[in-house]
Amino acid sequence: MSDPILSIRNLTVDLPKGGDRPHAVEALSLDIQPKEIVCIVGESGSGKSITSFTTMGLLPKALTPSSGEVIFDGQDLLKISASEHAKLRGRRMAMIFQEPMSALNPCYTVGNQIEEMFEQHTDLAAAERRARTLRLLQEVHLPEPERIYTSYPHQLSGGQRQRIVIAMALALDPALLIADEPTTALDLSTQAQILHLLKELREHHSAGIMFVTHDFDVVAEIADRVVVMKEGRIVEEGTAEEVLNRPQHPYTRLLIDAVPRRTRVERDSLDGRPELLKVAGLEKTYHVKGNMFRPGRIVHACKNIEFAVRKGETLGIVGESGSGKSTLVKCLIRLEDPDEGAVWVEGTNIAAFSKRALHPYRKMIQIVFQDPYGSLNPRRTIGDQLVEGPVNFGRDRAEAMARARELMKIVRLDPEALNRYPNQFSGGQRQRICIARALMVEPKVLIADEAVSALDVSVQKEVLKLLNEIRDKMGLTVLFITHDLRVAAQVCDNLIVMQQGAIVERGTVDKVFGAPSHPYTQQLLAAQPGQGWDVPDVSKLPPVSAASGVGGVV
Amino acid sequence: MLLYILKRLGLAALVALTVSAISFSLLFLAGDPAISIAGENASSEDIAAITERYGFDRPLPVQYADWLVSAAQGDLGRSWYFDLPTTQIIGDRLGVTMTLGLLAISFALILAIPMGVAAAVRPNSLIDRAALFISVVGQAIPSFWFGLILIVVFSIKLGLVPASGSDSWKHFILPTVVLGYYATPAIMRLTRAGMIEVLSADYIRTARAKGLNPRKVLFKHALRNAVIPVISLAAVQMGFMLGGSIVVESIFALHGAGFLAWESISRNDLPVMQALILVFSMFYILFTFLADVLNAWMDPRLRVG
Amino acid sequence: MTQTAAASPATPPAREAPLTPRQAMLRRALRHRGLIFGTTLMGIIVFVAIFAPLLTQYSPYDQDLLARMKPPVFLGGEAEHWLGTDALGRDFWSRLAYGARISLMIGIFAATISAVIGSVLGILAGYFGGRVDMAVTFLINVRLAMPVVLVALAVVALFGGSLMVVVSVLGLLLWDRFAVVLRSATMQVRKLEYVAAAEVLGASLPRVLWKDILPNVMNHLIVIFTLEMAHAIILEAALSFLGLGVQPPTPSWGLMISEGKEMLLFEPWLITIPGVALFCLVLSINMLGDAIRDVTAPEGRN
Repeated sequence: MSDPILSIRNLTVDLPKGGDRPHAVEALSLDIQPKEIVCIVGESGSGKSITSFTTMGLLPKALTPSSGEVIFDGQDLLKISASEHAKLRGRRMAMIFQEPMSALNPCYTVGNQIEEMFEQHTDLAAAERRARTLRLLQEVHLPEPERIYTSYPHQLSGGQRQRIVIAMALALDPALLIADEPTTALDLSTQAQILHLLKELREHHSAGIMFVTHDFDVVAEIADRVVVMKEGRIVEEGTAEEVLNRPQHPYTRLLIDAVPRRTRVERDSLDGRPELLKVAGLEKTYHVKGNMFRPGRIVHACKNIEFAVRKGETLGIVGESGSGKSTLVKCLIRLEDPDEGAVWVEGTNIAAFSKRALHPYRKMIQIVFQDPYGSLNPRRTIGDQLVEGPVNFGRDRAEAMARARELMKIVRLDPEALNRYPNQFSGGQRQRICIARALMVEPKVLIADEAVSALDVSVQKEVLKLLNEIRDKMGLTVLFITHDLRVAAQVCDNLIVMQQGAIVERGTVDKVFGAPSHPYTQQLLAAQPGQGWDVPDVSKLPPVSAASGVGGVV
Repeated sequence: MLLYILKRLGLAALVALTVSAISFSLLFLAGDPAISIAGENASSEDIAAITERYGFDRPLPVQYADWLVSAAQGDLGRSWYFDLPTTQIIGDRLGVTMTLGLLAISFALILAIPMGVAAAVRPNSLIDRAALFISVVGQAIPSFWFGLILIVVFSIKLGLVPASGSDSWKHFILPTVVLGYYATPAIMRLTRAGMIEVLSADYIRTARAKGLNPRKVLFKHALRNAVIPVISLAAVQMGFMLGGSIVVESIFALHGAGFLAWESISRNDLPVMQALILVFSMFYILFTFLADVLNAWMDPRLRVG
Repeated sequence: MTQTAAASPATPPAREAPLTPRQAMLRRALRHRGLIFGTTLMGIIVFVAIFAPLLTQYSPYDQDLLARMKPPVFLGGEAEHWLGTDALGRDFWSRLAYGARISLMIGIFAATISAVIGSVLGILAGYFGGRVDMAVTFLINVRLAMPVVLVALAVVALFGGSLMVVVSVLGLLLWDRFAVVLRSATMQVRKLEYVAAAEVLGASLPRVLWKDILPNVMNHLIVIFTLEMAHAIILEAALSFLGLGVQPPTPSWGLMISEGKEMLLFEPWLITIPGVALFCLVLSINMLGDAIRDVTAPEGRN
């Protein structure tokens, strides 16, 4: 094996005083070889991004590396000056970020922004710079390079922008490429394309790639070697094959066990159960306002939506961003008024009810939202927010409070927490609170609108389990809205796939996964990362041996 | 685009119309305008004659409609005091006020933008504290008092610049400082806040990851974005300043439109006051429109779809 | 970033329990130097205003033509009139102390009128959007297009310079910022999912506005209130200075500066003292406003 491109030895990065732990990264050692993709995996707060930012010299001022070495190009990056580090950036090491939507400057054309690389680091003439830029655009498979060259970032899609950032990173053929969650913000099909592109680049360039991610399926797709981090430390390290199939450390096993897979227990047949919720011919259009230079336009967000859900069923509604699934949800809970169509709840059509007539029916459909931080009012106690619903429907406050205490136990939170404020809870706990709040009014239908998308996988797994339990215990009907087919497969009985406002596929989970009929569904399924990886059953792995280097450098 | 501009103009006209209606009714509802013209000691015959001549006995909406019809033809009435067309009187004075406004806004921008940028780049540094001090003091200091203090120091004690009048460029120095300083805190705060926000934006991180030199990151990537809202604030401030010139011009006896307004108020010259309110509000509308155009010109997200 | 990963479900909030919003606010307040300075300065002025009769020996209106233009003690005057006397022989300290009442009253009442008009318009526009928003935006534009000083001067000139008139005119002219800021703050809060959740839980419109919107835009409202209070105080002083605000012999600071202007050349302290008083009052209000903005920044994502 050749010499590593990057060699991190015993790196420790301090957190500012008063944080929840003293070090963001502790005694971390890591090597990256040319043409090798090393995935750093971990949940939020594990220190995986800090490692990449330290290497790039882009750490926020509050964080300082306190010991260790980062050897790159024969020098210790922790010892060189900021301006020397800046000279390496872009030329010898480059970075791709998580958020393609905001990673480019809105005021300049993308051509200009790529060319800056050449302006800064080379003496190329303008014509040559332009030619090289166009060639880069071609290399990352952007159509019509000439047109893209003169485009502004906002005129491009997220996937296109990520390609621009990649083109920029490749401009000077760096020895090290750092990709920090480069596909997390992208739709599934775009993610697949970008991963494919990165694999292709490994063939054509000699760069070593540090790939930071939280998603084991992406790891399975792309990694040569894997490093698993927890709370600033490496807990396990090895080839992708080893770590994915024979994880040694309990934490790695926990994470792999939480990877959404179709491990759903078989349920009783739903045949013969009454239809609880039925939607027919639902239409919704939006008018998007124009401005001085752009005319307004009309978006058809829901086109003739039709489906029925039986009592006790979990229906998954799957779609990428812009598919109209959120609008559909808003129409169901009547935060938006549908233009046309009917929504029957237990035989009553609530689609055209006035606000007043709707009131008693409100409590029949409740919802848990995506953002655990935006869905609780920061200025009211948990208890106050939980009794809100019952009190609005005429229940006695004390009685409602007693019910709130019960529900807190059901969602496995301390009833004493009712006196606290939302800022005192973690994301997963907040989602539990939101579930409890929805259940306070004893709804028939619970809508989970991307309710676990913002959570770490291990937390996600707990919340999903809780949702299933509650559904069975209370006989709830659940609409599970998600962009993630893997999660949907885990909890749903039936699926609906939406694209551009219309339902393109429907059926049982087995049918949709086994024999998809619509090309879009086929494409979505094909885009799933990690398909070649059979997730090992963690419970059947040999127990962790004492010798397997828990918590230290392997 | 054309449709948008037409809509925008229509709205502007509606705003101007509403402003004129409000000011007209305010001015003409208060007391008997005939007495204002004739004076407190005028005989009842005189007052009756004046009422007759100006048509004050007609219902207010009729008088307003009358005013509006001539206003639409560019006739904003005749001054009761000078017996000249108000447009002519105001036109003579506008030059001074516009000069003062432009000087003052330039002064404010030249002071505020560099300081705001420097403060944002090094928070809590000496320059940040200085910027904070200037803006806190600027917000708290009454401009008329500041003007008087400047007169005491620079005109009376040091004898460097004239205290009043509008004959030479020297007469504009103190008024420019006073009026410009009034607009400085808002612009400086916005620049600082905008720069701090932009500097933490993802695309600045991208620019740094590209290894660009810090000056280029700061001036090409950060400032360009941060300055967009500042420019439109400045345009709006310019509109406010023209309206606010009344205080400054009367302290320094600068013979602009603001001074005219003050004179007209003490002379009870309602047509001139009415016309001035309209003119100032049209300037405000014009500047906000310019701000929108500038914004779109600077921000490709608004310009190219 | 710092969100605790995988907090085990059964345990209550991890580590030392974070503070409630109110405790956190209090802690930040006690550490905020601007707040302490602003409150102290403001406290002194309010104290003087309230207890003016006890703190002064003379009435602010009593003229003593034999004791005109006495300088203050620090310029060689006598202790009897420690801040000197004005051109009519009135005790300058008394006028200053009673003048604080005028300024504070005008500031508070005018800002209250504006706050009511502006926040009702702003919150309704922000919450409902659409046509309501268009109408409110139009009103804001009309208001912004009217030159404040000119209109205020004209109205006071025509209706007379009583305290009532000045307060009402300022109150009716200064609501724009309340409306603009609360409109956009409400728009942001309205997008948050807890508002949707409250609606789905059957909360009535007034309840949503009162329980979920208002508390979360309150910090903006308080900050703008201080700004507009300061604005009203400065405007009143400017109007009075131009002779078209509060009328003599009322002890308004603006009026005192205006009266002192005649003696600018020989007795500059006549304008310096009320000017400094005005500056201190406005400064303390602004510092208070800035501090409140820092202290009440909503607790959210850690």
